[in-house]
Amino acid sequence: MANTFEFDPIELPPECKELRKEVRAFLKEEMEAGTFSPSGRRGDNAALFAKKVGAKGWIGMTWPKEYGGHGRTQLERYVVTEEMLAHRAPTRHYSTADRQSGPVLLRYGQEEVKKNIVPRICSGELCFCIGLSEPNSGSDVFAASTRATKTDGGWLVNGRKIWTSNAHQADYMIGLLRTSNKTPENHRHGLTQFLIDMKSKGITIRPIINLTGAHDFNEVIFDDVFVPDLHMIGEVDMAWKQASAELAYERSGPDRWLETLQSLVELVRVVGPEPSERQAEGIGREVAHLATMRRMSLSVAGMLQAGKTPAAEASIVKDLGTNFEQALPNKVRLMAPVRGDSAPDSNDDRFEQALNYTTLIAPKLTIQGGTREILRGIIARGLGLR
Amino acid sequence: MADSIITDTATKIFQDLCEADTVNKAEKGEWPKALWDALEESGLPLTWVSDEFGGAGAELADGFAVLRVAGRFAAPVPLAETLLAGWLLAEAKIAAPAGPMTIAPVHEDGDIRVDVSGKLAGRARHVPFARDAEHIAVVATRDGEKVVGLVAAKGLAISPGVGLSGEPRDTVSFDGATAIAVAPAAELDPARLTLIAAAARTQQMAGALERILEQSVQYSLDRVQFGRPIAKFQAVQQNLANLAGEVAAAGAAADGAAEALAAHGIANDITAAEVAIAKLRVGDAAGAGAAIAHQVHGAMGFTYEHTLHHSTRRLWGWREEFGNETLWAERLGRMVAAAGADALWPFVTRGS
Repeated sequence: MANTFEFDPIELPPECKELRKEVRAFLKEEMEAGTFSPSGRRGDNAALFAKKVGAKGWIGMTWPKEYGGHGRTQLERYVVTEEMLAHRAPTRHYSTADRQSGPVLLRYGQEEVKKNIVPRICSGELCFCIGLSEPNSGSDVFAASTRATKTDGGWLVNGRKIWTSNAHQADYMIGLLRTSNKTPENHRHGLTQFLIDMKSKGITIRPIINLTGAHDFNEVIFDDVFVPDLHMIGEVDMAWKQASAELAYERSGPDRWLETLQSLVELVRVVGPEPSERQAEGIGREVAHLATMRRMSLSVAGMLQAGKTPAAEASIVKDLGTNFEQALPNKVRLMAPVRGDSAPDSNDDRFEQALNYTTLIAPKLTIQGGTREILRGIIARGLGLR
Repeated sequence: MADSIITDTATKIFQDLCEADTVNKAEKGEWPKALWDALEESGLPLTWVSDEFGGAGAELADGFAVLRVAGRFAAPVPLAETLLAGWLLAEAKIAAPAGPMTIAPVHEDGDIRVDVSGKLAGRARHVPFARDAEHIAVVATRDGEKVVGLVAAKGLAISPGVGLSGEPRDTVSFDGATAIAVAPAAELDPARLTLIAAAARTQQMAGALERILEQSVQYSLDRVQFGRPIAKFQAVQQNLANLAGEVAAAGAAADGAAEALAAHGIANDITAAEVAIAKLRVGDAAGAGAAIAHQVHGAMGFTYEHTLHHSTRRLWGWREEFGNETLWAERLGRMVAAAGADALWPFVTRGS
C-alpha cells in the first residue's frame, strides 16, 4: 500500500516474559535497598545503579560478546528499557551510551577504540553525552560550526556545543564537528563524528539550570582541544550518511512515551477503585492511547530486530508518543479529585509531587531528540510530499 | 498473521467491482449484485464458518484482514455482517446458509426472545442491511437460556432507516416470525456480540482511514495553489503527518483486538480490554483523521461528487456503532481503577 506505514504486529517471545520478571524483581530489591525511589526525581545514585545494571548484563544487551555485549535481541533490550522507565529507575548514567553512543561506536568506530571503550560501557562504568546542538544549530543539525582542524596525529577542536545533557558527568562525548565546508550540491556535507574525552585539556563545561531547577544540560566550550586520529568515527566529512539508522533507534523507544506515566499512575491511586464517570472515561482514554503507543513502539523494535530501518515509522511513534506524554499531566490535573485538607502534606503527597514534576518537564518532551516539527517533516517525506 | 492470498483475492474483487459508482448507486438503493456475487463465489463471506457448516473455515485473522480491505474500498455490502452472522451460527453449530446475512441485536440492551416452538418476539433497531439480507442471525433468550437463532428475513416487518454512512440501518420486528433453527450458545449475549462486532468495525475503520490518507496525500500533490502543489506547504505537511500518525495508530489498535480474539476467545478479560482499547482508539483516530482529510481537500471534498465522503461518512457512522469512544473509555477506565494504581503498568504489559 503506497503512502501508509507498516507496523508489523509483534509477539514477545517467552524469554522476554522471564526477563521481565527478573527485571521487576531486581528493581523491587533496589527500591527496598534505597538505591532509588520511584516518587523522587531521577538521578539519585545513578553511577552506582549503572554498575548494578551492568553486572546484571543489561547494558549493551544486543551488542557482540567480544566487546562485552550479550548478544541478546532488540526485544529483550526493549523489555528491560521499558521496565526501567516505568519504575523510574535512575538510568541516566548509562542510558545515552546504551541507546546511541555504543551502537555508533560499534558500527563506525575504529577497532582499538571499540575494544577499549565498549566493554566499559557494558559494565556501567562510562557515561556518555551527545554533542549535536550549538547556539546556531538546533533543529538544523547540519549547520554545526564547531570545527575540527587537522593537526599532527589528530585534530584540534574549537567552538561551542549547547543543551548537552549530562556533559558535567560524562566521560566521553560523541560530537558532530565541522571538518570541511558545505558544498553547493550537499548542505549536509563536511561534518565528521568524533569521540571526545571530556577530561581533555581545553574543555570548559558551564551548567544551564532548567526551569525545574535541575542541572541537566550544559554549555560545552572547546578551546584547542586535541582529539587523536584514533577517535575519528566513520568517514571524514560524511557523518550525514551515518545518521539515519541511529535516529530510528533513538526515536521509537519507550523513553518517548513513558516520561510522564507516573502522573496517571498516581491519579489512579487517588481516585481509588470507584471512579466517577468522568474519571473513568478519562483514565480509560489515556490507557487506550498508551497501550496503542506501546504496541507501535514494540512493533518498531521488532522491525529493527528483523534488520529493517523504519525511519518514518520511528518518527511517527515519537511524534504520537511525545504528544501523548506531554498532554497527559494536564489531563490528569483536570480529572483529579479536589485535594483538600485531608490530603497528606505536600512533600509526602505522591500525587502532587508527580503532577508537579511531570507538568514542569512536559514542554521539553516535544523538543528533545528532534522537535515535533522536524519529525512531522520526516513523516511528510515518508508520505512523498517533499 | 492473515493469509495474503485471501487479502489479495479480496483486493482484486473490490478493485474490479467496487468503484465510486457502485457505492453511489448502493446508497440510492441499488443492490451491488456483481460485487456480492463475486464475493460469494470467492467464499469470503463465510470465512468464519468451518467447512463442516458450509463455510471456508479460515482463521479469525483472515476475516479481520478482509474487513480491513473492505473498509478501504467503502464496500457497500454486508460483508462484516455476514462474517459475524456466520461466526454466531458456527458458535451454535448451526449450518450457515448462502447469501447475504446480518446480525441482531446491535445494541447491548437488545431483547429478542424465542419460545420452544421457535416463535420469535422482539424488536431491533439499527440493524445493518436488514432489507438486503436473506437471513438474520440473532442472539436471543429461550426461557432464560442463551441461544442463537437463524431467521429468514423474508416476511419480517422491516422499517427502513439510513445511517450516516448512507448504508441501510433498519428497524426489524421479529414478532410472530419463526426461526429456521435455534441452538444454545452459553457464551453469547448481546454484549459479547457487541464485542466481536466492535472489533470488526475497527478493521473497517482502519481500512477507511488508510484510504483517506491515500486520497489526501494524492490530492495535496495534485492541487496547485500559489504556483505550487499544496503538498509543498509546511502547514499542509504537518496536517498530513498528523493524519498518518492517527492512521498508523488505528491500524495497530485494531490489530490488537483481532489478535486478542484469536488468541483468547470471546469470553476473556484480555479480549474485553483489547476491544475497548481498539474501538476507543480507532474512534478517536476516525474523528481526528476525517477532519484533517476534509481540511486538506477543501471545498472539493465537501461535494457529493468527490468520493472522500464514502469513507468519512462511514467513519462517522461506524465510530458510533457497537459502543462509541465514551462507552469503551469508561469501561476501560473502570477496569483499570478496579485493578489499582500498581496494576496499571502490569496491565499495559500484560501477556508480554
